[in-house]
Amino acid sequence: MLRVSGLSAHYGRAHILEDVALEVAAGEVVVLLGRNGAGKSTTMKAIMGLVPSSAGRVEFDGAEITGREPFEIARRGLGYVPEERRIFTELTVLENLEVGRRPAMAGQAPWTPARLFELFPSLGRMQDRAGGRMSGGEQQMLTIARTLMGNPRLILLDEPSEGLAPVVVERMAEAIVTLKASGLGILLSEQNLHFARGVSDRATIIEKGRIRWSGTIPALLEAEEVREQYLSV
Amino acid sequence: MASGLTVIFGVSRIVNFAHGSFYMLGAYLAWTLVTSLPRGHLGFWGGVLGAALLVGVIGLVVEMLLLRRIYRAPELFQLLATFGVVLVVQDVALLTWGAQDLLGPRAPGLRGSTEILGLRFPLYELFLIVVGPVVLGLLLLLFHRTRWGTLVRAATQDREMVGALGVNQRMLFTSVFFLGSVLAGLGGALQLPRESVNLHMDLAIITEAFVVVVVGGLGSLSGAALAALLIGELHAFGILVFPKITLVLVFLVMAVVLVVRPHGLRGKPQPAAHGVAAAEPMIGAAPRALKLAGAVGLALAVALPPFLGDYALTVLTEIAICILFAASLHLIMGPGGMASFGHAAYFGLGAYGAALAATWLGVPMLGGMLLAPVLAGIFGVVFGWFCVRLSGVYSAMLTLAFAQIAWSVAFQWVEVTGGDNGILGVWPDAWAAGKLTYYYLALALCLGGTLLLRRVVHAPFGYALRAQRDSALRAEAIGIDAFRIRWWGFTLAAVAAGVAGGLFAYGKGSVFPTYLAIPRSVDALLMVLLGGVQTLTGPIIGAIAYTGLQEQLMRLLEYWRLVLGAVIILLVLFFPQGLAGAARAMWERRHGDA
Repeated sequence: MLRVSGLSAHYGRAHILEDVALEVAAGEVVVLLGRNGAGKSTTMKAIMGLVPSSAGRVEFDGAEITGREPFEIARRGLGYVPEERRIFTELTVLENLEVGRRPAMAGQAPWTPARLFELFPSLGRMQDRAGGRMSGGEQQMLTIARTLMGNPRLILLDEPSEGLAPVVVERMAEAIVTLKASGLGILLSEQNLHFARGVSDRATIIEKGRIRWSGTIPALLEAEEVREQYLSV
Repeated sequence: MASGLTVIFGVSRIVNFAHGSFYMLGAYLAWTLVTSLPRGHLGFWGGVLGAALLVGVIGLVVEMLLLRRIYRAPELFQLLATFGVVLVVQDVALLTWGAQDLLGPRAPGLRGSTEILGLRFPLYELFLIVVGPVVLGLLLLLFHRTRWGTLVRAATQDREMVGALGVNQRMLFTSVFFLGSVLAGLGGALQLPRESVNLHMDLAIITEAFVVVVVGGLGSLSGAALAALLIGELHAFGILVFPKITLVLVFLVMAVVLVVRPHGLRGKPQPAAHGVAAAEPMIGAAPRALKLAGAVGLALAVALPPFLGDYALTVLTEIAICILFAASLHLIMGPGGMASFGHAAYFGLGAYGAALAATWLGVPMLGGMLLAPVLAGIFGVVFGWFCVRLSGVYSAMLTLAFAQIAWSVAFQWVEVTGGDNGILGVWPDAWAAGKLTYYYLALALCLGGTLLLRRVVHAPFGYALRAQRDSALRAEAIGIDAFRIRWWGFTLAAVAAGVAGGLFAYGKGSVFPTYLAIPRSVDALLMVLLGGVQTLTGPIIGAIAYTGLQEQLMRLLEYWRLVLGAVIILLVLFFPQGLAGAARAMWERRHGDA
């Protein structure tokens, strides 16, 4: 459903992404693994059109979306959940969801605030609270919920477990599994292998802006030297 | 009006001078429509609303053609571009409606007046006092109860994220600008029965609106509503009760609010400038070629004048003064990292200091010239104390407000300052009365002052100033008292501007309130921006280019503002780093990185 090939990006003269290639199918969870600063977030931003790419091609649902405006990409059904969460702090939970709302495509069961509160019950208990007065975990749930309100068919989920308490990470994993079961494709970025292995089908390892390894989760668990080289801190 | 400004400002973070022009256009268009439509209710109210809508359309065009291209440019350039629009609009209005004040008809049905507490209030004033809050109430509803409003509020905080959620934020933005322009136009149109329509409405109102925005808190609608109510009522009643001190009242309110709540009534601390904060280029010693060029320029400036006529000498003297004036502003803006929209205050105070010394105390010229920077410096200390507490646009607006206050004092305190007629007969002493001698005097003082300012930037004080600009927090962590440094910088700039003002006063032989007025502040701003903020040479080149350009255009063309405005807009679009910046970029491209 999402196919990226040869994607490169620069900040000034520095190469930050070089020849990145990956693929995500509908209902599949692919994890982009790598250390801090490896290029995970930049890959996602480049796919989303938030960082200009200097070469390469991004296809979504059979159509090329390279170089399109972020809002056009989002309207095609590609959702983005940023690492920094970027909650609208002045807006309430319900208003945050309203900003993300977009009509569903044919044959999709549209997300509503009520359905999202089933997925994230704690949000349902604070519908009128301002986004700025929520805990980190609650904000993370709200960002995911906000993106889901756009009824995407695939989401880019940037480090959802970062800085969260173990109990909340557990919650997040459950939510990802539920979403995957509903047919949503997910490109997940993570440093936390333990979290990623529980929810993902395949893994792609990125370092210094290049893809170093790709394969299934079981294959990654076998390949100790790969984990040693690219993931150990 | 202020609500229109806050709306636009909140979402776009574009400081928009042109808003005042839209207000003025609203008034003019309303005049045309109302006087050409049949008399009666329909003609009047239809004309007012029609004018507002027309202004909205004009705003739309400006936004799409100009502003869209420069959203990524630094704030000050956006400001410069909108000022270009102001100039163009002024001349278009002059071309279309002429220079005379136009008087509109009274509003049908609201001609009378009524008595409240023994004072007579015209009905129309009361109507306006009611309309303001109603419009604000509607706006609040719009922003809090509709999807559009929710999107706008979200975009205020994070436009990119709103875009990533599938909202066409550019369209959203354009619609906001349209609404803001309509409101500005409506505000202007509604003034029609109250006061004559004239060409000075644009800058007068923008000051007031900035004050409201600052008092209310940037980006906070409810704050702006509160402030607009407060200030509006203060004005409406104040003008009737104590007409002379309204401005002082407003100023007092603003000062109190800002001291108690530095970010306005409902404002929040501004997030540190987000996005890629490009590191300001380093300021090094001048390369040899530049020194050479400077030496040649100086040699010409010294050697040529004896062969020039009086007119050329006057222009050259003015240019020398402008260089010092621009350089003093540059100290605040470039190394200091603070924007000042009201730098003319210190220039004008210097001029008045000299003039008052000459006429009231009868001191000779040198004494007057000494008093000029002293007066400017004293006010620099006082105003600076307020201004440097804030940062960014807040501080800039505050400087503007102070300048406006200084102007109105000069304008209204007729007994001392002569009001609109100014102070005449401020002539230099006999030994310096010759145009040539005076030119050399001005050249020496201005060049000396400019070089001194340049030296300051390279002194430890200059390092501290730049350090606090780049990161106030880190500068404080290594023991720099950022507040004090900024305060000193501000005062120093005021003193230098005062010197320039004093020279100017003796050069012209007279002083007028326009010396302190906004257009002169903007002149300085333009010189600095035109030249480039982050180069030391910038203000010098900018002052020469701007003064020269203006002088030539004024001589050759009746509608020089139109051309000047267009030139400014083009410069912003094509030379976003200013002239000196562009020259340096070219130099670096050719010679590798400096």
